Amino acid sequence: MLESLSAFGGLVLLRDSIEWEGRDFLKALIKKSALCGEQIHVLGCEVSEEEFREGFDSNINSRVVYYDLFRDPLNWSKNGEAFPGGPLGTLRAMCRTTDPRPLTIVLDSLSWLLLHFPCNTVCQTLHALHYRDSFCGESSPVERVNVLGLLHEELHGPTEMRKYFLILLSSPQTQQFSILPDFSLDLQGSPLQSQPHPDPHTFMVDPTAHLTFNLRLSEKEREARDSLTLPFQFSSEKQQALLRSEPGQASSRILYEPDAYDDLDPEDPDDDLDI
Amino acid sequence: MFPELNNLLDTTPDKAEQGKLTLLCDARTDGSFLVHHFLSFYLKANCKVCFVALVQSFSHYSIVGQKLGVNLTMARECGQLVFLEALKTSLDVFFQKPAEPHPLQFLREASAENLQPLFAFVREALKPGDDGEATWKYPVLLVDDLSVLLSLGVRAVTVLDFIHYCRAAVCVEWKGNVVALVHDSRDTEDEENDLLLSGLSHQSHLILRAEGLATGFCKDVHGDRSLTYQYKIQDKTVSFFAKGLSPAVL
Repeated sequence: MLESLSAFGGLVLLRDSIEWEGRDFLKALIKKSALCGEQIHVLGCEVSEEEFREGFDSNINSRVVYYDLFRDPLNWSKNGEAFPGGPLGTLRAMCRTTDPRPLTIVLDSLSWLLLHFPCNTVCQTLHALHYRDSFCGESSPVERVNVLGLLHEELHGPTEMRKYFLILLSSPQTQQFSILPDFSLDLQGSPLQSQPHPDPHTFMVDPTAHLTFNLRLSEKEREARDSLTLPFQFSSEKQQALLRSEPGQASSRILYEPDAYDDLDPEDPDDDLDI
Repeated sequence: MFPELNNLLDTTPDKAEQGKLTLLCDARTDGSFLVHHFLSFYLKANCKVCFVALVQSFSHYSIVGQKLGVNLTMARECGQLVFLEALKTSLDVFFQKPAEPHPLQFLREASAENLQPLFAFVREALKPGDDGEATWKYPVLLVDDLSVLLSLGVRAVTVLDFIHYCRAAVCVEWKGNVVALVHDSRDTEDEENDLLLSGLSHQSHLILRAEGLATGFCKDVHGDRSLTYQYKIQDKTVSFFAKGLSPAVL
């Protein structure tokens, strides 16, 4: 699935959480697309351009056009006329390029757009980008437009997510991968079909390596353990031993010395019950 | 400043990381000891500090600061500390229309849509290098706490925008640090607060979480911090220990 992501086309959503931030994966996908010769336009609302470009080599960086909305997204400084149409206007303007190469538009992040604009406006814009209608003009020479959006799932209610986006997603697949420091992907297949092969980049720690006690048994120890009868185990010998009548049993009797203040009643208390 | 916390975070006032947003978060307990820690930490680190105090008075922070070995009054007089005492200055906004834009202007507005004046105040306070302030290392913004803004009628997205701008200016432009406290109210299902907390968690580089013990109050263990350590607040310091290793348990 991941190999064909760039050929997949349309809108690709990347859902991440606080524990597992998706920006590295986003950058890995950008690298993949850039190496395929696509033009990449990034709408950056969450991190500075410097931070976003960190880790890419100059070859990739030269293919990435970064629209820096991070510095002044709401035009508070009153001098930011760089993006007159606001974030969505910038987004629409992206596909009015004369470059015919396939275009990948990266939204970092879609969550930021959804928090600041009505959901249906965002959806319409994305739809228009994908189908390149009205906004981009009929004569847009771009061969194909892909949209790659990062979505922080905690920021949107489950109903909201379902309502607007699940329709856009194809059937989910699970695939394991690791992202290398240079943002290339190491695919490891789906977890159900193949065993994940040991990753050479992570050092596996054996938790049983340096213990102060012994976890394993030798053959001899195992035999000794198996031959041991535990006190609660009931064997036939034990049963015999318990059932065998003791020789002195008949002659045994109970000796009871009453205390000085004991009130001993010789009468049977249940006498009147007529049992 | 608590040396044990510095050890855990592997930092000292001399070699602290720059350009970071630190989120302090407390659940079912009071995390303000973390605010006091960072206030004294950055004052000792010789940074220019802007403190937006929305919950307590100056004298409160000053008294705690004295215990931790920093003099807030002196820091304020020599210009190292810019202190916005919201409890006091909010009265200026409530009872008369301020002549010039006031940092707490949003209190007068029916729909509290904009924290731009507050950001302008922070920007003005921390803007480096106009009156020979090269003596201070780097700027730091501290906010205690952001959840109060929600209670005052500001929407979570507006608070997120405010912190976004602070981050763009303080962390990225001037390579300083931002530290903010937010309460975690997962139990009370406050959607706005949850949105604020998740949004900030996505933006921040470090999250310190103080949590009340699930088992309730204990004389010698006051809470879990970031899942790994438990702590006890003492008179002048806080001691941290691995979970279950409190002297009260052993």
